[in-house]
Formats: sequence, C-alpha cells, structure tokens
Amino acid sequence: MGVLSDELRAKADELIARYPSSRSAMLPLLYLVQAQEGHVSREGMREVGEILGVTTAEVEAVATFYTMFKRRDCGAWLVSVCTNVSCAVVGAREVYERAREVLGDDAPSMTADGLFTLEEVECLGACDAAPVVQVNYCSYDRVTPDGVGEIIEALRAGEPPAPARGPKPVPHAETARILAGLGDPRD
Amino acid sequence: MVTARWGNDAAASIDGYLASGGYEGLRKALAMSPGDVTEEVKASGLRGRGGAGFPTGVKWSFIPKDTGKPIYLACNADEGEPGTFKDRELMERDPHQLIEGIAIASYAVGCHRAFIYLRGEFLEAGRTVERAVREAYERGYLGRGIAGSGFDLDLVVHRGAGSYECGEETALLESLEGKRGQPRLRPPFPAVAGLYGSPTVINNVETLSTVPHILARGASWYAGMGTEKSTGTKVFSVSGKVERPGNYEVPMGTPARVVIEELAGGIPGGRGLKAWTPGGSSTPFLTAAHIDVALDFESVAEAGSLLGTGAVIVLDEDDCVVDAALRWTQFYAHESCGKCTPCREGTWWMTKVLHRMEHGDGRLDDIETMLDVGDNILFKSLCALGDGAVSPIASSIKHFRDEYVEHVRAGGCPKKERSRVAAATPRTAGAEGFTIPLDRVLP
Repeated sequence: MGVLSDELRAKADELIARYPSSRSAMLPLLYLVQAQEGHVSREGMREVGEILGVTTAEVEAVATFYTMFKRRDCGAWLVSVCTNVSCAVVGAREVYERAREVLGDDAPSMTADGLFTLEEVECLGACDAAPVVQVNYCSYDRVTPDGVGEIIEALRAGEPPAPARGPKPVPHAETARILAGLGDPRD
Repeated sequence: MVTARWGNDAAASIDGYLASGGYEGLRKALAMSPGDVTEEVKASGLRGRGGAGFPTGVKWSFIPKDTGKPIYLACNADEGEPGTFKDRELMERDPHQLIEGIAIASYAVGCHRAFIYLRGEFLEAGRTVERAVREAYERGYLGRGIAGSGFDLDLVVHRGAGSYECGEETALLESLEGKRGQPRLRPPFPAVAGLYGSPTVINNVETLSTVPHILARGASWYAGMGTEKSTGTKVFSVSGKVERPGNYEVPMGTPARVVIEELAGGIPGGRGLKAWTPGGSSTPFLTAAHIDVALDFESVAEAGSLLGTGAVIVLDEDDCVVDAALRWTQFYAHESCGKCTPCREGTWWMTKVLHRMEHGDGRLDDIETMLDVGDNILFKSLCALGDGAVSPIASSIKHFRDEYVEHVRAGGCPKKERSRVAAATPRTAGAEGFTIPLDRVLP
C-alpha cells in the first residue's frame, strides 16, 4: 500500500506527462504527498523517488530546500505573517505577536486542536497592502493586530473570511492539490 | 501601457482581452519572420524588468537555432525581491497580456514548449494565470497552430515551493528540473545550455507583458518613451512610509520625487524622508538628497544604486536603518541557498553582528567588520544574492554611519518608539528542523 491514493497516483502520471523529463514533476509530486498526508513524510519522499526513479536522499534534498513543504504536521489553516521591511515599518511585528498570543506557544508548529500553524515569512509581494497576512496562501490586506485576531476567530468558527482578492481559502491539504497543478476547485 | 487594462476587470478573461486589442501583437508577429520579431524588440531598446536590465532582443538573438535540441522559454514569475509586487498584479489583472508576450517570444526564438515558473505563494495569480492558459488553449492562442498560424506552442504553469533564490535564472532552471534551487556556474549561459541542457530564454513577467505592445505599435513608438538608453515605461512598486502605496507605471527617467511625492502621495504625517531603495532590498539605499534622481538604469547607477526591480521602499525619519538593514540581512541569511561559502557564511555572520549592535552589545569596530565581511561576499559567489545582501548594510553605513555609532554609544537602538522591524523567529539559513535560534548562538 503506497502513500498516495489511487486517485493521486493517477494524477501523478498526468503531472509527469506535462514535462519533457519526469524529474521536473518533483515539486508537483511533493505537493501531492502533502495533499495526501498533510505534510511531506519520509515514506512519501521514498514513494516520490520510486515514481521518478531517483533516490530517497535526492528527494529529501529537494523537499528540505523549500519552505512550502512542511516536514511535520501542519494546521488546517497555515497563517503566514510577512515581517519583511515594508510590512514591518507599518506594524507587522505587532500583528505577528498578537497572532502568537491568540494562538498560543504551540502555534509555530501546530495548535493542539490541529487547526492552526503560524509562521513568520518573507515578502509576499503585496507590499501596497502592508501588513500582509496569508491564510493558506490567500492574502489579507492591511491587517492590524485586532484584524488578525478576527481572522483567526472566523477560521475557528469554520468560516474563512473573504481574502483581498479571489475566493476564500480552503484547508491546507486541499491547497496542496491546487499547488500541485491539479486545478482550483474554487473556480 | 502594461497597466492600461487595470481599470477593466473584464480584461482578465479572454473576451475582455480581445475586446481591448489583445492578441493583436501576436497576429502581427506571426505574419513576420521570427528574426524580424527579434529585430523589432532589439530596436525597441527593451531591457529586462527582472532587475538586471539586459537587452531583451539581444538575449533572444543569442539562442542558437541549429543545435538539433529543442528550445525552451521560461517566464520568471517567481517575484520575491522584498518590496516588489508588480508581476503579481500584472498576472492577476492582465494574464493574457503575459501569455501573448510568451507566445511572441516563443515564436521569435523557435520555442514550442514554454513554462511559467510561478511563485508558490501567489495562489491567486496562479489561479488567474491557469484559467487564462485554459482559455487561450480553448480559443486557439495556445496549442497547435496558434492564432491560425502554423506555429505550435504548449505552455505549462509550474509552481515554486517557497524559495527566493529560485528567482535567479539558473536556480529557476534547476528548480524546474526538480532539483534544489541553487545557481549554476556560468558559462555556459542558459541561452546555450539551459533547461535540460537545451538553449533557453528566461524573461521576467513585466518584460514579456511589454512585448505585445512593441509588436502592436512598433519599436520606434516604444523607444520614443523613456530615455535614450532606458526606453519605454517601468512599473514602480512603491511601499513603506507613503500615503498611497501601489504600482505606478511611468516613463523611464521619471524623477523619484514624482513617484514618491506626487503619485504615492509622500510621507504621511509631515515626517521627513530618510532613506529609500530604487529597486528592492538588493539595491543600495538612497537618501532625501537623491529625491530628484531620474528613475532609469543609468541615472540610478550614477547616484550609487541600482534600478533593480523598481521596488521603491520608503523609510521616514522615525525608522531605524540599522534595524531595517538587520531585517534584510536576516532575509538574505534565510534565503541564501547555501551553495557558495561567502554568501552562506557571510550573511549569517553579518546577521549576528548587526543583531548585537541593534540590541546593545555593539562595538565601534563592528562597523568596519561588517564592511570587511561585505567585501568578502561581493562578487565572490555564483549568483547575485550575496551581492544583494551587502547592499543594505554597506549603503546604510555609507549614508548613516552616525546612526551606527549612536547605536554603540547608546547601547542599542535609540529609537524606542518606532515600529520594530527585526524578525522575531530565527531567519537563519537551512531547512526547518535545522535552524538555530539566534539567542543560542549570540553572546
């Protein structure tokens, strides 16, 4: 029994077929593992290696290089606070600290209820709307400390607030399907 | 020009795009020879908008046509330079303009399989671009015989997974090949041996979004805007301490004062301008004394900085440049791919020295130490990430040495009421699980 479901295993072949060389599907396949397991496990990396014909060590070298692959369980809602300079000079540190306070000390790994992971991230490319917060890579503009508290409250209630642009976020594992290139179910 | 459709929400879909003159440039290009298309772009003077400013048509002309290998095109949509948000908005608001540019460039160089390497965190831009690619296939602007011609083109949207370094063109190729995003030794250059060892063109989103306009309206029309050596328009991403942060497209050579004070509305609360970057964190700080510098490649270089991506980040007199330099150095230490020793080690050590300075344990000779470490990074690595890391520190010491001295004398940052900038969590090099909390290694 492999890590990927039959459905995702079939999708892996579709993704590989997009490229002239199968190894180019490495990042998409790692996203599939994340979609399946919520994070990228060692078993998942071994399976990606088997599919692509490379060693587990080579897959691990890639998976550990990129910040969007989570090596441990990640909350359903990944809250990313940009604290780079354009956000920081208008109060991003206070936003991060409030989120940390509201979510508790476990938040940088995962809250006990499995709902949240909090991370401090680099520039998210929306500096006109600083401070910027993303929830599963959906952006919220000009977030205040109170604002991040409200976003977290709404997520806890199971009602993700509408982001600045585009549809509402979906849970982290489902987001990984989109990132793998399987299309966006929100369309 | 490239932002002209931003008021028109319908333009993000193919019908709206076609109704506003879309795909006209592609039709014109397909009626020309590929060589003539390249010549037209060369004649326009268009230079790459991803930061380096290399002439686009010249880049295309480096692609050898007779190697027997396939030719590839990769659009660099991995926008990550702090302060830069033009490519994201260009993709979200006008994705077909980018696809049209990719199609024209592909035709010019003889590429039948192109890729958009799109930053993973740009979920919404990815959704918009994927939808536009689907529409373009359905309407015959991608696929077999595009726009009724005999030219075939496939376009794959490929998402990154969180790495600033992948915006460097050879690291981007490594990542697209399914590897760690680390740069390659050059030569050979990607034009000769790029993706899978094949000739490859890599162009930025804004660059490719400009191409349809050059084809539709002509090289001389385009070259009539801007300055002699920096032609056309440029989108400046203005952020930080301004009234109206945003993307502003102006002719190259527009004075910084117009962009910062008129378009972005100047600094709120009547405070004074302290420092600004012309092109993101990798470009040296300029000061209030440079407010009349013309924003084009040559004038900005003459003033001691670089045009970079056009990310104008504004700090006012309440902001601490030491703190800002620390935050950016933390960024470079975090994003250094670890391949080259000067960058990997240098960014880490500079972070430590700046951190102790900001937090009250600085020494006067730390200033010289950081300049020395900077000298040992500059131009000594395979890519420009390390060079960029030297910019905030070296330029802030150059313009604000007194502020560093004050940090040492006052035993830490004297600006107690400012927004705090330095990161709370360790931003050190290395993957999750391998990070070392700063407080464990600092004295």
